[in-house]
Amino acid sequence: MRAGMIVLVAALSAVLVAPAGAKTVTVMMDNVAYVPVNISARVGDVIEWKNVDLVAHTATARDKSFDITILPNKTRTLTLKKAGEFDYYCKFHPNMTGHISVKP
Amino acid sequence: MMLKLFAAAFAAVLLIGGAADAQGTNSGAKLNDAQIAHIAYTAGLADIANARQALKKSKNKDIRAFAQEMLRDHKAVNDKALALVKKLKVTPQNNDTSKAIAKGQADKRAELAKLKGKAFDKAYADNEVAYHKTVNSALESTLIPSATNPELKSLLETGLKIFQGHEQHAEHVAAEFK
Ligand SMILES: [Cu+2]
Repeated sequence: MRAGMIVLVAALSAVLVAPAGAKTVTVMMDNVAYVPVNISARVGDVIEWKNVDLVAHTATARDKSFDITILPNKTRTLTLKKAGEFDYYCKFHPNMTGHISVKP
Repeated sequence: MMLKLFAAAFAAVLLIGGAADAQGTNSGAKLNDAQIAHIAYTAGLADIANARQALKKSKNKDIRAFAQEMLRDHKAVNDKALALVKKLKVTPQNNDTSKAIAKGQADKRAELAKLKGKAFDKAYADNEVAYHKTVNSALESTLIPSATNPELKSLLETGLKIFQGHEQHAEHVAAEFK
């Protein structure tokens, strides 16, 4: 029952915020790491970074195609516009690295 | 030279604690949680003071951004540490390691105060690399293993990851001035 509700709410919010079929992938910033480290998505999908750490972090693409700062207890999103393999890291803590694989 | 002396003194103090620990004895040299909390807090304060000096003296964009980050992150970790010792009803206890850290970095700032422009920027960046290295190895080898309270240990572990990030970031900044 509860699972059904969550699916329904998720489906409704997907309709409200994104084109049909697009999904949101959540990446936590926790204990100076992206969790999960590797994600895959499609063009049009949304990546949502949730920072639950003590300090601000960034999601900065090595190829500079995105550079987002996320303060503690904040969430920021990025809509994927092009396919490709994107390595990214935190400018403040370069020991934090992640990867997004974007399919067309 | 000063920095090497400071690092050696710091390491020596920590080694004494570590040696007692390795023997499994609980001699007077082993650091307790109140001392460990004091050391971690003092290390943060020293880097905040270093950052304030850099913000006063430097016009370099990367140096200033790094210093802002140090202010922000070390304050966040120290605030969390203060809240934790309050919750645990522990009074941080001053000790020789804390004194060596505070004096070492105060001496360093006195040395850096005489420098200007690019010479200051380079010296600040180099000191941030060396200082984070020293503090991180102390956390890894002595402070974290010696901490007995699990919440203190966990905060130190999170701190270590954040400061390892600072060490790498400092290395990138320092590389510009080579
Ligand atoms: Cu970060």
